[in-house]
Amino acid sequence: MNQVAINPAPWQPVCQRSDLVANSGVCALMGDPSATGPLAGRRSIALFFIPHATPQFYAIDNWDPIAGAGVIARGLVAEIDGELTVASPLYKHHFRLRDGACLEDSNVCLRTYPVALDGDCVSVALAPDRQ
Amino acid sequence: MVKQKLIVIGNGMVGHHFLEQLAARPERALFEVTVFCAEPRPAYDRVHLSEYFAGRSAEDLAMGKVDQYREWGYELLLNDAVASINRKEKTIISASGTTRPYDHLILATGSYPFVPPIPGHEHARCFVYRTLEDLDAIRAASEDARCGVVVGGGLLGLEAANALRELGLEAHVVEFAPGLMSVQLDGGGSELLKNKIEDLGVTVHTDTATELIEEVGGRLRMQFRGDRELVTDLIVFSAGIRPEDKLAGSAGLELGERGGIVIDEACRTSDPHIFAIGECALYDNRIFGLVAPGYSMARTAIARLCGESASFTGADMSTKLKLLGVEVGSIGDAHGRAEGASAITFVDEQAGVYKRIIMDGAGKKLLGAVLVGDTGDYDQLLQYHLNGIELPEQPEQLILPAVDGETPALGAGALPATATICSCHNVSKGQIMEAVQGGCCSLGEVKEQTCAATGCGGCAALLKNVVDEELAALGVEVNNHLCPHFEFTRQELFHIVQVGEIQTFDELLEKHGRGHGCEICKPTVASILASLWNDHIHSKPHVGLQDTNDTFMANMQKNGSYSVVPRVPGGEITPDRLIVLGQVAKKYNLYTKITGGQRVDLFGARLEQLPEIWRELIDAGFETGHAYGKSLRTVKSCVGSTWCRFGVQDSVGMALHIENRYKGLRSPHKIKMAVSGCTRECAEAQSKDVGVIATENGWNLFVCGNGGMRPRHADLFATDLDDETLVRYIDRFLMFYVRTADKLQRTSVWLENLEGGLDYLREVIIEDKLGIGAELEEQMARVIGTYQCEWKTAINDPEMLKRFRQFVNTDEPDEKIVFVEERGQPRPARDDEVVKIAEPA
Repeated sequence: MNQVAINPAPWQPVCQRSDLVANSGVCALMGDPSATGPLAGRRSIALFFIPHATPQFYAIDNWDPIAGAGVIARGLVAEIDGELTVASPLYKHHFRLRDGACLEDSNVCLRTYPVALDGDCVSVALAPDRQ
Repeated sequence: MVKQKLIVIGNGMVGHHFLEQLAARPERALFEVTVFCAEPRPAYDRVHLSEYFAGRSAEDLAMGKVDQYREWGYELLLNDAVASINRKEKTIISASGTTRPYDHLILATGSYPFVPPIPGHEHARCFVYRTLEDLDAIRAASEDARCGVVVGGGLLGLEAANALRELGLEAHVVEFAPGLMSVQLDGGGSELLKNKIEDLGVTVHTDTATELIEEVGGRLRMQFRGDRELVTDLIVFSAGIRPEDKLAGSAGLELGERGGIVIDEACRTSDPHIFAIGECALYDNRIFGLVAPGYSMARTAIARLCGESASFTGADMSTKLKLLGVEVGSIGDAHGRAEGASAITFVDEQAGVYKRIIMDGAGKKLLGAVLVGDTGDYDQLLQYHLNGIELPEQPEQLILPAVDGETPALGAGALPATATICSCHNVSKGQIMEAVQGGCCSLGEVKEQTCAATGCGGCAALLKNVVDEELAALGVEVNNHLCPHFEFTRQELFHIVQVGEIQTFDELLEKHGRGHGCEICKPTVASILASLWNDHIHSKPHVGLQDTNDTFMANMQKNGSYSVVPRVPGGEITPDRLIVLGQVAKKYNLYTKITGGQRVDLFGARLEQLPEIWRELIDAGFETGHAYGKSLRTVKSCVGSTWCRFGVQDSVGMALHIENRYKGLRSPHKIKMAVSGCTRECAEAQSKDVGVIATENGWNLFVCGNGGMRPRHADLFATDLDDETLVRYIDRFLMFYVRTADKLQRTSVWLENLEGGLDYLREVIIEDKLGIGAELEEQMARVIGTYQCEWKTAINDPEMLKRFRQFVNTDEPDEKIVFVEERGQPRPARDDEVVKIAEPA
């Protein structure tokens, strides 16, 4: 099971485990439009579940800034040089699932978020875990 | 700067090559070019003239295009022969009365067919075989004829005999000499050729001199020497060619004793301002009646005009071809006329193979060869001959059938860099090595860059050897592994999956791969699994293997919305269904556009709308169009004989039949097809992977065409097929492609990389050389038998439908997808427009 350090990040329950699709992504709408600070604005997030990998769960921005479209969740999961990535469907840039780095363009990095599983409930900590 | 006036007289293949080569050089700018062409159309491919009967149109055979010449800045005067040359004034006068001055004159007047002066030869039903007009006339005369005779058993004569046979006539060949193709073949070779051709139903009369042709009772009676006769309906003369040298002769240029404009190494005539190239020119007392030497003369003349020092010093007249399906090859001194020459002959009467090599007295050098029935050794023998390579100890091994792979193969390494690999495009081994050194890493890339093996294709196997050897020499490991997760080619993986009956990607990865897989191997394996077992692409183990378009069974557009293309087989649609498409588009505010494949594309559907849209389309009887898949897209068609006054078969009916047959077939890449109802080819079948064109007698099948970025004209694969044979060949062709192609390789590139090329493909599909025909058909039958409309299955499966939620935690739409209106339809908003919309007014 996933080991996630409990930190003071604001966890939000997102969906049930059965909503995730093995070896593929789904998309969730996060954030609170009325809040301020790290929770401000709405944000769509791609959730990936890779049963044979460690860790098994990944949360990453759904917006592909290169394509200018929210499509990351619909990308294909690809292992490149031992790293799990998602290939964005439009222009096929690869983004590393663990830290969001774009393999083809070092100036681009997606935000990634901690994921926790509590029973069947999948939660995401919205505060960026890096940057 | 005053431009030099260059006049080119004659626009055949060689004249065209001259103009094409000149246009590619910077020196082109030095000349003002005028072209006179006696025929009503610019240059066309006379080498493939016979294909005109097999469905190729005049446009297909065209080489010189009026627009192209205009683009090159040439003045082209069609239907206007040059009547006289005034060398003193340096002017020419054309038949229409045009006078033009010149600085340089190029004579590319070609040749005319020789018609023996037999009494009666001018009868209206006596023809020659030279121009498209000749072929039109022969075709017209064949309509109420039963029998046709070709006078002349040379190369062109046998082609003409085949054409008569294909026009449905009882065909005869009458040859004056004791054997067929007496220039290229020795007695033994030509005897075997005769037997083989007679087996195909063409009657051959050798040693036969025609003395008289007369009309008797509406037919033609041919009186032969020795009191024999033959009654026929039409006669085609193909008794050799004569150089077209009248214009040159009347201008006082030096001619050969038996005709031909005398040229020197520079291709200059006896007047230094006048060049002669091609079949009208006589070099070293020889006429060169092949295209390659003509091209070589054209390049020489251009080089000289540009002040370079190229020379034409004769050419090798070796040939390899297929006549009426019989392979024939002739190299160098086929008759062994050289002093002290000795020969080795191999004959296999059962298989119908004759091979003979002619060596010098010492048995060290290959002087010539004759091959009939099997030309597999041609390339290697030609290289021995052209490069003067010393023969092995036991030269007979070169033509004997291989015993345990004992045949000594002439490695590409034995060839000097100057060796010509491709004689059609004059590409040397050195140029190929340079291309590889310059970064070409595959056969396809080398072909594209050097043009090698893109003419007759005969050198493809040798080319591959040279490329492989050079890659190895550079230390480039030729790694054709699919990706880091599978150390196999796609073809090998296909075999592994088939033999091991592997059903899932995970199983394959566990047994034969490593890691997690990537965007190369996942869709490739998914495609192989679908081709073999044809599960729904969304059934549990296959989820996550497909690219987004296959995953959501729609085509993602730039803003993340999708387009939807329902199948409209053959482009035929009822008004009611057309109305449904309109109603659905209107209801969901979709942008509509007619596609090139005769369907309607509906753009701008949001992910979560796809199932609702499909529910409505399926209720109205539509099926998925697989526009998102590496699979059959559409079969385009014209209305055919049902409506069109020119149509000869029901092209829409056939298009419907094959579209419904192959819909849903997953393949290495997308497949496009078309069916045309007559040779006018309104469905553009010759730009498709599979193209079918109706003939009076059935269907002609074209394969491996492509449009798009790298257009490729399809190859004529088989002619006059009945419905059943057509479908059988397509079954086998598609399955063979599915089995053996590389990932994301269209049929056009696949064929270019297929060792043995089109001939090999015919052997596999038509002759069933590999003995897999029935298996391929069976495999296709399984795919056809398990077809399901993927969308119909999906909308009835709640688990699959869960995939089409925009967000797993809310039903809200994606607010980032914004449309604006343009020309009465929606389109994705641009970034600046989105901001405007977001800002409060």
